[in-house]
Amino acid sequence: MKEYPADEASREEVEIRSSGDVVKARQAVRVLAQQAGLSLVNQTKLVTAASELGRNTLIYGGGGTARAVIVRDVARVGVWVSFSDTGPGIPDIEQALTDGWTSGSGMGLGLSGARRLVDEFELDSAPGAGTTVTVLKWAR
Amino acid sequence: MDNEESKRLLELLTARRADLLAQWEETVGASLRGRVSTAELGRELGELYDAVVDAVSKGGLAGRGEHFAVVRSLLVELSRTRARQGFTPTETAVSIFALKEVLEPLLAGSVEDARAYLQFARLLDDLGLFTVEEYARTREEIISAQSQQLLELSTPVVKLWDGVVGVPLVGTLDSARTQVVMEKLLQALVDSNSAHAIIDITGVPAVDTQVAQHLLKTVVAARMMGAECTISGIRPQIAQTIVALGIEFGDIPTKATLADALRHALMEIDKAAAARPAGLL
Repeated sequence: MKEYPADEASREEVEIRSSGDVVKARQAVRVLAQQAGLSLVNQTKLVTAASELGRNTLIYGGGGTARAVIVRDVARVGVWVSFSDTGPGIPDIEQALTDGWTSGSGMGLGLSGARRLVDEFELDSAPGAGTTVTVLKWAR
Repeated sequence: MDNEESKRLLELLTARRADLLAQWEETVGASLRGRVSTAELGRELGELYDAVVDAVSKGGLAGRGEHFAVVRSLLVELSRTRARQGFTPTETAVSIFALKEVLEPLLAGSVEDARAYLQFARLLDDLGLFTVEEYARTREEIISAQSQQLLELSTPVVKLWDGVVGVPLVGTLDSARTQVVMEKLLQALVDSNSAHAIIDITGVPAVDTQVAQHLLKTVVAARMMGAECTISGIRPQIAQTIVALGIEFGDIPTKATLADALRHALMEIDKAAAARPAGLL
């Protein structure tokens, strides 16, 4: 994913250790999305994506960190969110991004659905090396 | 344990009981600023004072020993009452630490007295920490009881019409809350003899796959009992998000508003009534 200049004052970081923390991270993302001027639909999409990814971090990654910040491009503003854990990692990324595939008991739509909910999506993972998912949603 | 010191302390504590107790009450009373009645405080501290004297005379100054069991149970009671009444941890622990303040001028005279004082102070520190621990435990109990109450409170099942019950969901839907919602809804279906249930998610800020999965499970359970479930309160942004996520509600009827869902349920009831030939059924 391309690097964009970040608005450092808006940076938020939430440790994810319990499902309450997922809610906290989600709320932090919602506040930033409102500040960045995302439309209600885009706010909801980004917040839902954050909820999915945050829960993945907790359930499959064994907990980790959520980071969010407002970023600026030439003529647009967006919210950048990343979730990273130091869990077991994803052995087959393509399979993990397939609709309906889950290694747990969910619907298998979280990761693939989150990708559809945002404008930019990046998944960094290797077995044993943890997982980092970075997403970006622009205000339009 | 130096017997000389605990003996010296005991003599002092016994001989000047009334005097010391009065001073102790006064110091504690000042810090609590009259929020506990003088009579109650006097009773609490009096019991505690006697229990401490008794424990020291039996087994010395080791605060975590067996002989302090009575003192500890009194402290548990004191911490619990304070926590429930909304006092701060400092205001709770000061009840113990104030005794140090009272004894200090009496035991500052000689080296032996000072040594006795230091040992007694260590005992009181121990007991003070114990009260704080108990205080924290009580607060945690209160918090967990409250979140349990909130869980119950936030999921009412209301009767909307004859044969139609509704569940207005508000807030975050996690596994624990879904469980409560499901139990209450299924019970309400039986109790009110209803064949239609409406789950309203207007108050749910984000519907992700976990929430959807919980909703689907609730609907399936209601269907197994022969009830038809409608999900209402799907706002435009939620609809678009659900579609983008790829969640399918299948043949479960969904409506934008609770009014629509109620109309739908009433029409279904009407249809069933019209299809029924006049007769036994």
